[in-house]
Order: sequence, then C-alpha cells, then structure tokens
Amino acid sequence: MHEATEKVISAMSKAFSDVDFAPSPLVDRGDAPAGAEQIYVRVPAERLLDVMRFLRNDAACAFEQLCDLTCVDYLDFPKARDRYGVTYSLLSLSRNHRIWVKCFVNDPNPEVPSVTGIWAGAEWLEREVWDLFGVRFADHPDLRRIVTWEEFEAHPLRKDYPLRGRGERENYKVLTRESR
Amino acid sequence: MAVEPGVDIRPTTLAPEEPGGDRWTLNFGPQHPATHTTLRLVLELDGERVLSCVPHIGYLHSGFEKLGEHLDYNQYVVVTDRMNYISPMANNIAWHHAAEVLFNIELTPRCKVIRTIIAELARIQDHLLCVGTAALDLGAFTAFLYGFAEREEIYDIFEDICGARFTTSYTRVGGLMQDMPDGWPEKIKKFCKKVPSTLDDMVSLLNRNRIFVERTKGVGHIGHDDAINWGLTGPLARASGVRRDLRKDEPYLCYKDNWDGQGSSAVQFKVPMASGGDVYSRYLVRLEEMRQSLAIIDQLIDNIPSGPVNVLPNDKKTLPSKDEVYFSIEGLIHHFEQVMTNRGFTPPIGEAYGATETANGELGFYFASDGGRCAYRARCRPPSFINYQCFPKLVEGHQLSDVVAILGSLNVIAAELDR
Repeated sequence: MHEATEKVISAMSKAFSDVDFAPSPLVDRGDAPAGAEQIYVRVPAERLLDVMRFLRNDAACAFEQLCDLTCVDYLDFPKARDRYGVTYSLLSLSRNHRIWVKCFVNDPNPEVPSVTGIWAGAEWLEREVWDLFGVRFADHPDLRRIVTWEEFEAHPLRKDYPLRGRGERENYKVLTRESR
Repeated sequence: MAVEPGVDIRPTTLAPEEPGGDRWTLNFGPQHPATHTTLRLVLELDGERVLSCVPHIGYLHSGFEKLGEHLDYNQYVVVTDRMNYISPMANNIAWHHAAEVLFNIELTPRCKVIRTIIAELARIQDHLLCVGTAALDLGAFTAFLYGFAEREEIYDIFEDICGARFTTSYTRVGGLMQDMPDGWPEKIKKFCKKVPSTLDDMVSLLNRNRIFVERTKGVGHIGHDDAINWGLTGPLARASGVRRDLRKDEPYLCYKDNWDGQGSSAVQFKVPMASGGDVYSRYLVRLEEMRQSLAIIDQLIDNIPSGPVNVLPNDKKTLPSKDEVYFSIEGLIHHFEQVMTNRGFTPPIGEAYGATETANGELGFYFASDGGRCAYRARCRPPSFINYQCFPKLVEGHQLSDVVAILGSLNVIAAELDR
C-alpha cells in the first residue's frame, strides 16, 4: 500500500474506532506494481457524512476534491452481498493521492446521505446516480432526474433493466393538431 | 413557455416579483448556434440581467454506459469516439489507458510515443475549436476560420494513420489498430512548423482586441477554492490558479520518467496557469497549452523508437497482427479466441480507475469487472458534465450576452455531457 494511503487509513481508524473500514485494493491480484494499488474503504450509510467531513478536513487526508461519484449495481457480481455500491472517488490536490469510499445500500429503500454540503460538485453527480440507479440521496437540495425525463419511471443502469426492448416509446402521448 | 408536469423549473430562491417589474423567462436552446450542441437553459431575466439559470441536459443521452456493459474492451472504443467528438483520439486513449490499468499491461515504447503524439494533436485540435468558437460567439469570425483551417490539417494527419477523419477508433487493448504509415512524422513536422504563426495571428486578432477583452475580462469568474470544490479540472481549474495536471501529477505514457525502460526522461513541458479565473484567463491558458503541446510533439517526433506497436499476444490480451492472422494458423486461432463471445478477454475480478488529461480536463473510466469479456460496469468520468454544473452560478448577475461568452469558455460538449 502507498505510504500516503496508509497514513489516511490509520488516521481514519483512529478517529472512528467503531467503524470497520476494511481497506482493500479495488482489484485484488498479485501482479500489481508496489505502491500503485487503488485502495477503497467501506463506510456504512449512517456514518458516511462524519467520515466524509473528516476526510475533507483532516490534515493527513485533505481530500479537497470529489473527483467522481458513481454507483455499481452488484446484482450479478460474483461473491457480492449487497446490491448497490455508491462509490466516491476522492482526490487530494495538495497531497496528490486518491482513495475510493464505498457505501453499500440495498432494496427496498436504497438511500445514502447527500455530500453536497461538503463538496458542491456532488450535486449533479448525485442526481445522475438517482436517475440511473434509483439510489436516493437524503437532504439533496434538488434531487430531480438529470439525463432522462421526469415522467420516466425506470432506472436504466440497474442490471435488471434490459439493454433494449422495454418500449417506453409506446407510452408517449401522441400529439395531434386537435390535442394541442 | 410550457412547463413539464411535475417539474418546478422555476428556481425557488428568487423573491416574488414586485408589481410592475420587468422580469421575464427566456428559453435558451436546445437548438441555438451559440449552444454549440443541444443544451437548454431556462433563464430568468430582469431586463437583460440574468437573475437565475436552470440548465436542462439530457437531450443527447444515448446510454453509453449501458452499452459499455455489452461491448468488449476493444469494441467500445467506437462509442468513445462519439463522446467528445471534438478530440476523439483523446477519448480512445483514455478508454484504453483505463483498460490497461485493469489488465496491468505495460505498453511498448513505440506505442507510447505514437499515443503521446496523437494525444497532444488531439489537445491542439480541441483547443483550436474552443478558442475559435469562443471568439466566434463574440462576433470575431476570422480567428475561428484560422483555427478551423489548422484543424483540417490535423484531420488529415489522423486520416493517414487510421483511415478515418472523425471517428478514429485508433487504439486497442495493449496497442494500436495499426502502425503509423511511412512519411507520417514528416507531415506532423510540417504541421507543427505552421501552427505557431496561426497562433500568433489569433493572438494579434484577439489579445488586445478591445471588444474581445471587454467582453471576457472579469466575466464568469471562478475563484481558486470554488474551482476545487466544484470538482473542476483541466484548463478551467488552471485558469483559476489550481495547479493540477495529470500529465505531471499522475504521469502516464511519455509524461513519465523511464517510459521506455531504458532511462529516458519524461517529456519536458510547462503547465500554463492563470490566476484571473475569468473567460479571458481560460482563453490565455488554452492558447499557451497549444504551444506546450507543440513542444512535446517536437521532442518526440524525431525519435520514435522502432519495434512493435502492440504488446506480444502471448498472454491473450491483445489481438495478433493481421499478417499473423492471414498467414499463420496460430494467429488465426488466436484471433478467433479473442473475438468469440464465449472466449475473449479474461480480466481480473475487481475494479480499476484510469484517467488521462484531455483538453477539457480529467477524463477517467472506472471499470467494475466480473472477469467476463465485457466490463460489468463502465463508468465514464466526463469532464464536461462536472465542469458544466457550476454554470448557473457563473452567469448570475451577468448580461444575457455574457451567457454566450461563458458557455464558450467552458467548452461543454453535449455528447460528452449526456453520454
């Protein structure tokens, strides 16, 4: 593990002794070059905001930027236990290191707290995850769909949504001269 | 203006209008020359002053990430062409850079050099368009045409190397579609000699042009801390004084020391920065980045190493060359094993993130792989999407005509924005 990442993990475990972060490489293999592994930690949804605030403000972590926020639907993934893994990719500009934070949530009500209060850049990214995966973000200021339309009911990046053939187009209202 | 049912497009933060006020709503786009592609803004205006702006995106959403779960690591490169179509080569490289992080492939030196050269050409191509159209939107037609004439040459160079001008699809896992043709470096050298004078022409047309300067200086200001907090990358962040360039901070290809395994040092270049954070600073940063890209190409073009462009196909990750496929039975078998749907790639189970510095900023791909031939999840971190979300904050308080100037300076490509 990279030295800077080790420091981050030890600072986190010290500050949150009750949370099991289970730090591990994103991909587990023997041939990875030393020090170049990408490390992720698991954080339960109820402690997410505290941990994120700590990662943003602690001097050893200093993750000033939310590089990316996305989600993976682990429905058919080998050996997966939870369904949705909301993945935060954090980047520290001042220390030039990265860490990935995963927050696992499940049906029937997948919901994580919104981090828009910590990084303003999370606003559209969270809207996108809501739109395409149906994971809600509590206390988001404006949680509307972003790339599909508001009347759309499905969440197309879920694994149980087919690539083609569900036929939303048949449900479009037909506009005629008279109906306008 | 029709309001969609269930959607409150009117911002809630505005105070109710006083009687006799001058407030009105303007639907800007989605089809408007100054929006470049299909972007739609709903602007709340007081006279010509912007009170608030609500962007509506998604008009070009075509499910690229869903497609990424059904196309293998070589097939999907065709889709990446259609993301930021202003510099498709940069997307090809970003996609396969991430795939190579997942597969843990070290490229051959020749491939690294060719990829670095086309990455820098793609950067010039993108910036020429951005600078040109930013000027065009403010009424300066000549600079735009100068830029487009040079872009045409870059298209010719790309056509020589891969046969396509626009949808290049040039990279493959562990290498390239084919080696460069004879005489290709000379063509690039000729091009690189010509560009600086074009850039000088653009500078003399715009830098002290009173109309251009008045309409760009102090317009659309982004502060240093805001730029970081909003997640901005690339020229946008650097124009606000954020020192971040993946080519320096997380080097890859020839930006890395010892890239050829024989101790060659990384290519030398400077990272242009500005502290103004306005439209004018972004223009200056892009202009200087083009000169730095030319300097990078200049260092590499005379010393392209010999050897293969693809890594050896022994570990069944790369396609064999066409010669092997057509003239040897092993090559043919190998090729079929690679393209058949029940064989194909065998990546490790897990996840990986790879990012490159493209003209717009950090373009990264995040793969989740279940060991199959296609990615289980192929997330694209699109710089346009993240750069565009601060737009409503930038235009508030500005005039309607400044909206166009700010939009041009962000260089939002809707196909990448919506994917």
